[in-house]
Amino acid sequence: MNKLTRRSVLRTGAGFLAFAAPVLGARIARAKNYGPGVTDKEIKIGNTGPYSGPASGYSAVPKSHAAYFKMINDQGGINGRMVNCISYDDAYTPPKTVEMVRKLVEEDGVLLTSATLGTPCNSAIWHYMNQKKVPQIFVATGATKWDDPKGHPWTIGWQPNYQSEGRIYAAFILKEKPGGKIGVLYQNDDFGKDYLKGLKDGLGAKASMVIVEASYETTDPTVDSQVVDMKAKGADIFVNCGIPKFAAQAIRKAAEIGWKPLHVLSSIGNSVGATLKPAGLENAKDLVSDFYVKDATDPKWKDDAGFKTWTAFMDKYLPDADKTDAGNVAGSSLAAMTAQVLKQCGDDLTRDNVMKQVASLHQVSVPMLLPGITANTSPTDFAPLKQVQMAKFDGQRWELFGDLIKGEIG
Amino acid sequence: MTSVRDEPVAVAAARPAAGTRWAPAMRHWVIAAAVAAALVLPLATSSFVTFQITEVIIYGLAILGLNLLTGFNGQFSLGHSAFYGIGAYTTAILMHNYDVAYYWTVPAAGGVCFVVGFLFGLPALRLQNLYLALATFALANAMPQILKFHALEGWTGGVQGLVVDQPDPPDFLSMLSGDQWLYYFTLAVALVLFAVAANLIRSRTGRAIMAIRDNPIAAAAMGINTSLYKTLTFGVSALFTGVAGALGALAVAFVAPDSFTIFLSISLLVGLVIGGVGSIPGCFIGGLFVLYVPNIANSVSTGLAGAIYGIILLLVIFVMPAGAAGFARLAAVRLGRLRRRDIA
Repeated sequence: MNKLTRRSVLRTGAGFLAFAAPVLGARIARAKNYGPGVTDKEIKIGNTGPYSGPASGYSAVPKSHAAYFKMINDQGGINGRMVNCISYDDAYTPPKTVEMVRKLVEEDGVLLTSATLGTPCNSAIWHYMNQKKVPQIFVATGATKWDDPKGHPWTIGWQPNYQSEGRIYAAFILKEKPGGKIGVLYQNDDFGKDYLKGLKDGLGAKASMVIVEASYETTDPTVDSQVVDMKAKGADIFVNCGIPKFAAQAIRKAAEIGWKPLHVLSSIGNSVGATLKPAGLENAKDLVSDFYVKDATDPKWKDDAGFKTWTAFMDKYLPDADKTDAGNVAGSSLAAMTAQVLKQCGDDLTRDNVMKQVASLHQVSVPMLLPGITANTSPTDFAPLKQVQMAKFDGQRWELFGDLIKGEIG
Repeated sequence: MTSVRDEPVAVAAARPAAGTRWAPAMRHWVIAAAVAAALVLPLATSSFVTFQITEVIIYGLAILGLNLLTGFNGQFSLGHSAFYGIGAYTTAILMHNYDVAYYWTVPAAGGVCFVVGFLFGLPALRLQNLYLALATFALANAMPQILKFHALEGWTGGVQGLVVDQPDPPDFLSMLSGDQWLYYFTLAVALVLFAVAANLIRSRTGRAIMAIRDNPIAAAAMGINTSLYKTLTFGVSALFTGVAGALGALAVAFVAPDSFTIFLSISLLVGLVIGGVGSIPGCFIGGLFVLYVPNIANSVSTGLAGAIYGIILLLVIFVMPAGAAGFARLAAVRLGRLRRRDIA
């Protein structure tokens, strides 16, 4: 029987330490604070997008998002960690989004989701993500409800929301033509109705200026009758909130019937390639719209540093993609924002810290934002982009004018 | 099906009559084993897989509804996404706007869908085959827009949809997680409805339903009220699919117009054909296909998911032209023949 001597105690202690050291070492490594999906070498993130189905036209968003992270990994990753971005197809159907996002969170164990696309799809996982406390950051939809830091502190949007754009149009109209009569063309769904609400809220007491509210369905063949009706009722301001196909039809029809209103085109439909060319550039002269990202078809950016960065990225990582597809601008910008957040997190890559960093963005710029426009957030402000700049179409390209405008929801 | 020894088994299998094909004892064992496996499954898998299997059962139930109409009564429908949607919205509206307990909303959804299906079946009486398919296609196309219609927005939540609270397990089963409880709840409803469907098909009514499919004139000559049975089948079919929709709303915990587009109808039709037209257990195979094959296609290539789904679909149809049920029957016949040869 060994006696309890000082030597035996020391020996036992040393032996214990030798065994425990790796365990303690692991504890110390944990002090780096890793959430799910994070190791010394990798950060796992994910999203869902419409690779198939009726909204597959938006698939450039998740594709360019994933490609951007490939570029970041080739450049050495973020703080030495590779970003593993898992992207699943949800065919733009909410039940599939729920299933695939649950797979991301429960099976793949991602740290966060970034740039999940579509208002109905994000609505379907909104409660789940907040219940599970998984960051659902920079969702690719302009609905207004994502700015809800109190009720849903784990979800944040990105682009200027449609309602605030509607308010910006209202402010512009009140300045340019305060006595006019407004006809509004909008899509009969969430984003169309958000525009309409923002416009009316912005007009405030003068909401009666809106004399025609004409909606269309995405399955309609044309919007000709709506445009003719507006002219017949004497509207002299036209707020055109159509997606490219319908915006173009409306512009063409207005020219055909010789209607020359003050024509405000929403940012959804202001692509030169997708809307104005099919409508006829001569018909689109003097249109007014608002921008927050650079128009990829506009040659004036060709010497701009941010635009060059983006073009180089597109040429190398998505050589076959269509640069005029606005989805490529959106997807890569969302990825750049996400990368910025992960960089800010440093070695504290927990879900809590992700949201803390997301809520403390200060004048963050990514390559394709208009000069001067930056993303800013605070714990009570979950709307990263708020500014836009108005532009007038001169028959060839959009000419930006005036200052950056901020459109907040009152 | 009496002529199983003849060669054109596949053709015969595509149009099964009622009656039993397997030895009854063996069939009971297979069903008992399947139910036992279904009962222990959530205890052995993660909550995500439990959720997926819940969805498979729900799709299987929706396909069963379509099968009653198309497989057993011979009426085509591309409109079952609409019934599924009505069921889902009935549950969501009752829970969201009127605080009704979730278990009452399931029969309510079935009842509403039965009425809607029956009423839709009345004009559908005048339409045959392709024309009926077109009429139901119109219903499926209209449904998302009706749900968005602003006069109904107070109920349906418009384009934003409605959030449904996921049901909690009752107190005496509090050891189950939410996903597990929902699985058992869905399984129980599905088992009841599958038993109802199997008994219905084996009854006088079932024989009448199938007689109308096989030869409507002969059926009428035998004194079957064809128009009543056809509309009733439409109603019952909508009831089954509506209950599936209600369970789907509980599982996903969210309803929106975009969940119930024509693509859902097409998925259900694909599931029906894959599982086997006119086969009740085949509906589950169809449910498995509807849920898992898009995921498999996606895991092969995200960008080409649609094309790979198409290739898988073609291969399956090529290998199993009469669906999974027909394939199983064919296999049983071939095995039986082999065994007889061994004995001889």
